[in-house]
Amino acid sequence: MDGLKIKTKEKVILYTLLIVMLILSVGPFLWLLSTSLKSPNENLFKFPPDLLPKEPTVDSWVTVIKTIPFFTYFKNSILVALIQVVVNVVFSALAAYPLARMKFRGKKLIFTGILSTMMIPFQVTMIPIFVLVSKLKITNSYVGVILPFAVTAFGIFLLRQAFLTIPVSIEEAAYIDGCNSFQIWYKVLLPLIKPSIATLAIFTFVNSWGDFLWPLLVLKDKTKYTLPLGIQDLQGTFATDWRLVAAGAVLSMIPIIVFFIATQRYFIEGATSGGVKE
Amino acid sequence: MKQIMNLTEALNKRNKKTKLKLHNIYTPYLYLIPALIIIGTFVFYPLIRVIIYSFQSYNIFTEAQWVGTENYMKIFKDKNFYSALKNTILYFITVVPVLVIAPMFLAILVNQKLKGIKFFRAAYYLPVITSMVVAGIAWKWIYADSGLLNYFLVNVLHIMKEPISWLNSPSTALFSVMVVTIWKGLGYYMVIYLAGLQAIPEDIWEAAEIDGASGLKKHVTITVPMLAPSMAIVAVMSSMAAMKVFDEIFIMTSGGPYNSTKTVVFYLYEHAFENLNLGYASAVGVVLFLILLVFSLASIKLSERNA
Repeated sequence: MDGLKIKTKEKVILYTLLIVMLILSVGPFLWLLSTSLKSPNENLFKFPPDLLPKEPTVDSWVTVIKTIPFFTYFKNSILVALIQVVVNVVFSALAAYPLARMKFRGKKLIFTGILSTMMIPFQVTMIPIFVLVSKLKITNSYVGVILPFAVTAFGIFLLRQAFLTIPVSIEEAAYIDGCNSFQIWYKVLLPLIKPSIATLAIFTFVNSWGDFLWPLLVLKDKTKYTLPLGIQDLQGTFATDWRLVAAGAVLSMIPIIVFFIATQRYFIEGATSGGVKE
Repeated sequence: MKQIMNLTEALNKRNKKTKLKLHNIYTPYLYLIPALIIIGTFVFYPLIRVIIYSFQSYNIFTEAQWVGTENYMKIFKDKNFYSALKNTILYFITVVPVLVIAPMFLAILVNQKLKGIKFFRAAYYLPVITSMVVAGIAWKWIYADSGLLNYFLVNVLHIMKEPISWLNSPSTALFSVMVVTIWKGLGYYMVIYLAGLQAIPEDIWEAAEIDGASGLKKHVTITVPMLAPSMAIVAVMSSMAAMKVFDEIFIMTSGGPYNSTKTVVFYLYEHAFENLNLGYASAVGVVLFLILLVFSLASIKLSERNA
């Protein structure tokens, strides 16, 4: 940690900086919130604008919920994100196990191969992936949204690092107790790397929640849209009324903020184990 | 004594045996199969495929036909490609330096022992967890003619006389979108620097203070050099992200006005999914991949030399 004693004068400067940055990072959301609470009687396009609503009302929120299938989008987003988390955790944990704990032919080659995929951006390969998904007839389905990202090099790397920190003696003890390799993985090792699994789960969830381009390409039915697609669509539907667009955007933020508050402490752990401390 | 040694030897032998017996030779591959199938199908196979497509004329409805290097020839003759490349490079040289430097100072700031610092940290992370769609909408509304930015510049600071249509004029649109990319990335890279900061032992600062270094000087002379490894990571990550920028552009400007915010990935997207010119777009993808490859190899070399 930094600084032993912080003087009052320094404190004033530090808090000023902190507050300026706070306004910059949260301000855009507050402006959106303020707009969504303005009543239809207020002119949104007058200049200079009113910073706060004169007669605050949640009418726009209600209208959005009534006119667009907001809860369907919400449910779809949750469903996609949760499945994405489960498959990523399971496949990464399975693959990371032998890479961390076993000796076998081709191990180095396989691990390097997996890591090298970090240098192949999705934007480069998305055309063949799209063609493949079309040929497999899984467009317009969540399988098509989820499958191409069901496991990533990041996830395998993160969990491999976690497995590496567990002493071999624990594994050997379990073996002597009669566990086979799958039981060792499932009953002994997985519980020991829970923090890393949580980190992977949270990162996967946030990524999936905000994912835009790929679901846009795959999903055609509006009833299957996830929240980002639904909110983007809202911009076309309510092009003339920014109150409603703002209300939709604000509403769609509530779940992820709740999620973030609940899981906050894992975010910094993720960044630490993701690279720097390697 | 000899007995004990024999015993240890025997135990060692047994240990070696158990290690061998922990799994048979096929077991490791069984665990790897699901991951390898997915990565093979959705990363390596498409990479080979995109190279093949790039030499073909192909839309999804008809059979692909070989056209040799025609797609590449067309790319290098298209002035729209050069304009997209120029925009990507502009994006890169503006966004990357800011995202390497600013989050570092932000991390130093939130690493101070102050009351409520956890709240500030969390608040700075908020833009990161928000989807780009919501961020794009929020900023569109800030950039609007009657938006906050114009209000601030015209009525509060009196820098400008008239409001500007930030996203609708070719001279300001690209820059305005860059600001959103920076704004959304700050918190993410801040956390990476924060992790780096927390790995620095505390006594270094104590020693510096005894030596009379304080405040900003202490950070410039001691903290910043110690953060070099984190800086390399942030540089690589933000560079890759800048070269691939798409979502914010699609959401905020759709490449306009007058192509002024069209980047290489946007150009690729248009040719692939609006014109359904998959062969041509694949060639663009290959060119992008080569640029990124040269780039990431160069930055790995650089960071190895610095480390």
